[in-house]
Amino acid sequence: MPLLDIRNLTVSFDTSIGLFKAVEGIDLSVDAREVLAIVGESGSGKSVEMLAVMGLLPPSATVTADKLEFDGKDLLHMPPHEKRHIIGRDIAMIFQEPVASLNPCFTIGFQIEEVLRFHLGMDRKQRRARAIELLHQVGISDAEQRLHAFPHQMSGGQCQRVMIAMAIACKPKLLIADEPTTALDVTIQKQILDLLVGLQAQHGMALIMITHNIGVVAETADRVIVQYRGHKMEESDVLTLFEAPTSPYTRALLSALPDNATGDRLPTIGDFSAEPAI
Amino acid sequence: MSVPVLETHHIVRDYHVGRTLFAGGQVIHAVKDATLKVEKGKTLAIVGESGSGKSTLARILTLIDPPTSGELLIEGERVDIIKTGVSKQMRRKVQMVFQNPYGSLNPRQKIGDVLAEPLVINTDMPASERQDRAQQMLKKVGLAPEHFNRYPHMFSGGQRQRIAIARALMLNPSLLVLDEPVSALDLSVQAQILNLLADLQDEFQLTYVFISHDLSVVRYIADDVMVMYLGEVVEQGSREAVFADPQHSYTKTLFAATPRADVASIKARLARRAAEIA
Repeated sequence: MPLLDIRNLTVSFDTSIGLFKAVEGIDLSVDAREVLAIVGESGSGKSVEMLAVMGLLPPSATVTADKLEFDGKDLLHMPPHEKRHIIGRDIAMIFQEPVASLNPCFTIGFQIEEVLRFHLGMDRKQRRARAIELLHQVGISDAEQRLHAFPHQMSGGQCQRVMIAMAIACKPKLLIADEPTTALDVTIQKQILDLLVGLQAQHGMALIMITHNIGVVAETADRVIVQYRGHKMEESDVLTLFEAPTSPYTRALLSALPDNATGDRLPTIGDFSAEPAI
Repeated sequence: MSVPVLETHHIVRDYHVGRTLFAGGQVIHAVKDATLKVEKGKTLAIVGESGSGKSTLARILTLIDPPTSGELLIEGERVDIIKTGVSKQMRRKVQMVFQNPYGSLNPRQKIGDVLAEPLVINTDMPASERQDRAQQMLKKVGLAPEHFNRYPHMFSGGQRQRIAIARALMLNPSLLVLDEPVSALDLSVQAQILNLLADLQDEFQLTYVFISHDLSVVRYIADDVMVMYLGEVVEQGSREAVFADPQHSYTKTLFAATPRADVASIKARLARRAAEIA
């Protein structure tokens, strides 16, 4: 049985010009210990469907699905107070802007310990010890001192490490990473990706990697879903996707990579024009 | 041999920070000793991560900030903006395109006015001619005449970047400094903009200084490459030389950190992963 099982997910937003469907009829499943990458450009609905799983969409969004199950539990019809004990504990998420996702008013130690208090009910001493252990796990060396640091005193890469520490604090079964390295330099990106994949293997988590970066997909994923404008274009294992992509959109996307350039002009996605209708 | 469009000798830029009435504060060396030369119609790529001084150098090259010391020559003419300021002729020769197409256009200005403004400031051209020129330029960068009276918020990111490029080209500059022009764009749009830049370079014999942290883009577009690290120029040479045989350890780190999207390296990664799990 898959860990996360989604059938026919549709998310629509109520806008002033009518209903806008951001995600339409997506099927998706993740097994335990699997790394799934969801790739797409902006507007493909890749973040929206994960926010729907987390229940983090604004009230203007309507989520419908035939099935939205995590670990055998129906997330769609679950009352919020029950959901709160799953979100953050069994499913954790990290976001694109690490500095903006941390609360600037509290030390990072406080923010990590808050997770431990809420979900695991640890006492003060246990929390402190676990927070230090977590910071060590994500590669922050002087953990004892760093606990007292505020987010603005740390670099972007360090903040992302703290976010990861918070996310894995309760040993989640599923970690969702929404563009975790987009705001970071390549050298830092490499470190964060290695860390995420390492932790995934070590803890046996499932990992969903949301990204627009083909390179990140190639470096991390087992299986890949390619999305475009709320629809699934292709789903295959990572090697097949790069060796023999079946959908024309994937082929176009891969050929737009400057790495794959052959002539002195890049092929562009003509049939799949990314310009919105004005 | 013709005179290079851009030449610098030992450019240094220091910033004084934390100086108070009583304490001297610190000096940050943002750019240390940058010497470079770009011939007409060529592209120099400056690579480096955040804090490497590449944007500071760009501000010096575009005559926005003065260097602390060193010499800047544009088309063989020495420029010292502290002593003599920037003449209108000089301003016409050098133009800049910024990273964020959302932030670099005035939201209250129609596109036609955006394009005509450089002409208003730097020339005595009559209004009717300005409008003609703006219309022509709009077509050159792949937009339609009906876009003339629209506001920036009505355009997508890629279209806005086209507008920013059009604005920079209004004065027929010989040197265009592009500060991360495609890093905020989706892959398919990135390909379109890179193609547009290549077309314009062929048509107008433009010289580009292309600032980027994305090595795959640099490898595609650059003739010469300069790698910066903590304000220092650590490597400089032709694209072939730098990519084939990087000398400095930082350049090697940078190359190693860049995600690889070819089938062979995916196979290698999957094999490593299988070995780890077994």
